[in-house]
Amino acid sequence: MATVEIRNDMELVYGYPDSLTEADTHYCPGCTHGTIHRLIAEVLDELDIRERTIGVAPVGCAVLAYNYINTDFAEAAHGRAPAMATGLKRVSPGRIVFTYQGDGDLAAIGTAEIIHAANRGELFTTVFVNNAIYGMTGGQMAPTTLPDQVTTSSPMGRDVKAAGHPIRMAELIGGLPGAVYVTRQAVLDVPGIRRTKRAIKTAFRAQLEGLGFAMVEVLSTCNTNWGMSPQEALNWAQVHMVDYFALGDTKVSDDVRALMEQ
Amino acid sequence: MAKELLEGNEAFAEAAVRAGLDAFFGYPITPQSEALEHLSKRLPELGRVFLQAESEVAAINMVYGAACAGARVMTSSSSPGISLMQEGLSYIACSEVPVVLVNVMRGGPGLGNIQPAQGDYFQSVKMAGHGDFHMIVLAPANVQELIDDMVLAFDLAEKYRTIAMVVADGSIGQMMEPAELPPMRPVRPHEERADWALTGAVGRDANTITSLYLGAENLEEVNLRLQAKLKNIAANEVRWKEYDTEDADLLLVAFGTVGRICQTVVRDAREKGMKVGLLRPITLWPFPSERIAELADQVRGVLTVEMNAGQMVQDVRLAVEGRCPVAFYGRTGGIIPLADDILPELEKLAADVRGQ
Repeated sequence: MATVEIRNDMELVYGYPDSLTEADTHYCPGCTHGTIHRLIAEVLDELDIRERTIGVAPVGCAVLAYNYINTDFAEAAHGRAPAMATGLKRVSPGRIVFTYQGDGDLAAIGTAEIIHAANRGELFTTVFVNNAIYGMTGGQMAPTTLPDQVTTSSPMGRDVKAAGHPIRMAELIGGLPGAVYVTRQAVLDVPGIRRTKRAIKTAFRAQLEGLGFAMVEVLSTCNTNWGMSPQEALNWAQVHMVDYFALGDTKVSDDVRALMEQ
Repeated sequence: MAKELLEGNEAFAEAAVRAGLDAFFGYPITPQSEALEHLSKRLPELGRVFLQAESEVAAINMVYGAACAGARVMTSSSSPGISLMQEGLSYIACSEVPVVLVNVMRGGPGLGNIQPAQGDYFQSVKMAGHGDFHMIVLAPANVQELIDDMVLAFDLAEKYRTIAMVVADGSIGQMMEPAELPPMRPVRPHEERADWALTGAVGRDANTITSLYLGAENLEEVNLRLQAKLKNIAANEVRWKEYDTEDADLLLVAFGTVGRICQTVVRDAREKGMKVGLLRPITLWPFPSERIAELADQVRGVLTVEMNAGQMVQDVRLAVEGRCPVAFYGRTGGIIPLADDILPELEKLAADVRGQ
């Protein structure tokens, strides 16, 4: 554990949340997974639910999320986190369950699992990190890769006639009756990071109140596989990703709205 | 408890309820949907969990999740559905969480048909998923054994933190027989779930259940631990039944429905003056290899009978190791070999080994 020396006349105003371990992450410099992990950890602390929360990690760059978020954790097969979370939650009275999933995991191989979990109104929370590329396997095309975007498996750019169109998951899930709160946010600048944290908190509160399924899609970057500097990647996402994946809520049930107004 | 007239599928479902089942996740498939239907009524009325999943892929991962939470959990399916669950089985095996599943086998490959078959022997005992692992596999031959094996499966799965599979075939699942159900066990309270389970990190370090071990040394260590466990299971949990083997000079080896039919073959052959015995494996994994080897020293030949193109016969040959000839008779496509079909095969073997 790192030690922080505090001078007697100063107050510690920023440190590790209890829900975040002090392990060094394996993420590339410039990656936003660390930011999103921290937001979840801050929310778990603020809601005082760390000790009754169970996370489900995906296959993808965040496969080792359990090393960084300090709660009980299961590691799912690729795309199956929503099914695993369903099993965990159904037999775990009073526990809080969340999945943390990337775009390949949630929007390609695990599409059936997320849609049916949302449609059943499963009482867990999903944080869906969309960076428009497969990070861990080395930069291949994702279901959310933008039209004409070059990846290692779309070297001439994504041809939507052959490869289909990027999937807007927040809109798709938001259309399901079992989902009570679905929103798309972005961690590309400080105001966006603050809004993302508020959304994650709302999503966990919806679960705490037993209202239904909640998902926060987070637009993110992959500067390594995009072949950009971290700042260039943030700028590119602000221009191109936000243009295709509109920010904002796609579903807010009346109960959730009342919760947000409290 | 008195015997009742019970249908196989409903009987194993009710046996699971009485063994303390917390939750069932499954997807309908013939010829075992009666089990899912029974549980869809029974579990909610007991305040327990029933969920019809969107696919077998989802069902096995729901089972995986519930098992990680320390619940007593199962699914059931039939051949094509089990194929879809194999990904999950591999993850569950590596994660070492206890899970019970039932395969009421039907004819294959492919969509095949819904007639009884034993074509999933290899899948059950040798290739339940990618990587090095085995499941405990129990093969009942009648409804009473199906009930008893369900209870045993839960106990073994939890004792060894492993997967226990009961393999029946469509005829055992669909037939009605007099059988006795076990007494009702209480469900384990949430507070008493295992210390490795994901129940929330209250006053302890966070638990992680994963099948990811980066680094060759780390993963080999996991494999060595899994193999040591399997060796322990193989040493302690082999089960089989024998019929008229004391003086036998010919041995039948068969499991499940056709194993039961072979009991009739033994009777018919003995009436003709042939000294025939039967070994019926109850555990397909671990396989009763040692006992088969002992009997191979005693008999002149072995006939393996299966409702497939010849799968268990390979394990029989590995056990016999050339001590005597091993013949095979099997029917596929959902055809059940009858005693009158099997007896001529036995007579052919007797003629082949005469004088040897």
